[in-house]
Amino acid sequence: MRILGDFDVAEEIVQDALVLALEHWPVEGIPDKPGAWLMTVAKRRALNQLSRDANYRAKLALLEQPVPREPDDRLRLMFTCCHPALSRAAQVALTLRAVCGFTTAEIAHAFLTSEATVAQRLVRARRKIVAANIPYRLPSDDEMAARLGEVLAVLYLMFNEGYLASGGAAPARRDLAEDAAWLAALVARLLPGEPEPLGLLALMRLHLARAEARFTPSGDLVLLPEQDRSRWDRAMIQEATALIEQAAAARRLGPYQVEAAIVACHAEAPSWEATDWRQIVVLYDMLLTMTPSPVIRLNRAVALWQLEGPEAALAEVNALASDLGRYHLFHATRAELLLELSHREQARAAALRALELTQNRAEQALLSRRLLEW
Amino acid sequence: MKYVLLFCGSQELQRQWEQESEDVRSAQYARVYQWFEENAAKLGDGNQLQGPHTATTVRFEGGKEPIVRDGPFIEGNEVVGGYVEVNVANLDEALSLAKSWPGGGAVEIRPTVDNSQR
Repeated sequence: MRILGDFDVAEEIVQDALVLALEHWPVEGIPDKPGAWLMTVAKRRALNQLSRDANYRAKLALLEQPVPREPDDRLRLMFTCCHPALSRAAQVALTLRAVCGFTTAEIAHAFLTSEATVAQRLVRARRKIVAANIPYRLPSDDEMAARLGEVLAVLYLMFNEGYLASGGAAPARRDLAEDAAWLAALVARLLPGEPEPLGLLALMRLHLARAEARFTPSGDLVLLPEQDRSRWDRAMIQEATALIEQAAAARRLGPYQVEAAIVACHAEAPSWEATDWRQIVVLYDMLLTMTPSPVIRLNRAVALWQLEGPEAALAEVNALASDLGRYHLFHATRAELLLELSHREQARAAALRALELTQNRAEQALLSRRLLEW
Repeated sequence: MKYVLLFCGSQELQRQWEQESEDVRSAQYARVYQWFEENAAKLGDGNQLQGPHTATTVRFEGGKEPIVRDGPFIEGNEVVGGYVEVNVANLDEALSLAKSWPGGGAVEIRPTVDNSQR
């Protein structure tokens, strides 16, 4: 209460501390001073809440300072929230709630669902944690790769949801993206031996560094080829590429590091035309051997377009029709390729299909503008 | 904490299994026995079940006489092939046991209700 000055939030946070206590005391035994423990947890939650409300820089500053709590505690909490026995939606909600201090209402707002849905999701997840006895512990070394993968997947999903929301009026919710980057920084710092959190953090920062240039002042989406590169945050890009190098020193390449390297190629290029497309295609090939996915093949096809021309790219894209028929960017990419090959009618049909499939207002507006121009 | 591992499969897996040669089947049984031996300290009662064609289901509907039907309760493609109780500290330990199961198919992990706490 004293820290927050907001009864509703304070009450929710104390309740959370109680739930945590109920979950963990039966397993770990009641701490020597239960009251003090509760207060510590509640206070910690309050600090989380405050730090979430503060801006990104302030959070980063907080991170550099010695944290007034057991760092392993937060990491343990994250691994528990992102336990593979919980659904992805529950993992995300629990992480936002317990680690970032989001209220139920804030989670609902961030994911465009109702508060009741989020509340029920949290209750079910907590019930399962207790009933099935999901332990509050760090994974052992042989489990680490798989379990860390879950945590990073949750953070990446959170980031993407914030960076380019899948629906709703506001095109991007930077706040959620910045929270995800903040958590990635935390994981990277607490697991210094692991290169993939660094890769993910670099990836997020490279995207954030270009966030300003992604929209016109009136809120219209600007795609990468047309972005004003002078508005990119060069300092942040440099920091991010240094993170990629730091990760590479561990000599354990993973998908997030490769994805970050691809985005770094774009971030370091003076223009769309002068981008190192050969390097990007090579990196996509690497990524495909690690995580084969039709979406990655689609992105590779865009790079191939620059390297080998539109016919080669269109052949690649067409081969993905059965996998990506319901993915708006598949149709949007086809539309661009068909237009370049002067198949105007087919291009318009593909753009229309893309328009039908996206819920994002900014993307809808962009596709509508294109359709008018073509 | 006590869990039950339910060893599950599909009708196709069951048919494939029934059509395998004696050699293949005994090699597979050997791997399963070895798993039971290696984990004996954590395992309680368990059994392999005979095929779903041997199942009979008794259903209770309201206050009426129970209805007896030929066939398993779980309709469709899924088949429970066996079960074993395990006594481990938490879900992670149960998971690592389940992941080492050599029998293929799927393993469902269910915590049991602890009646001593009621």
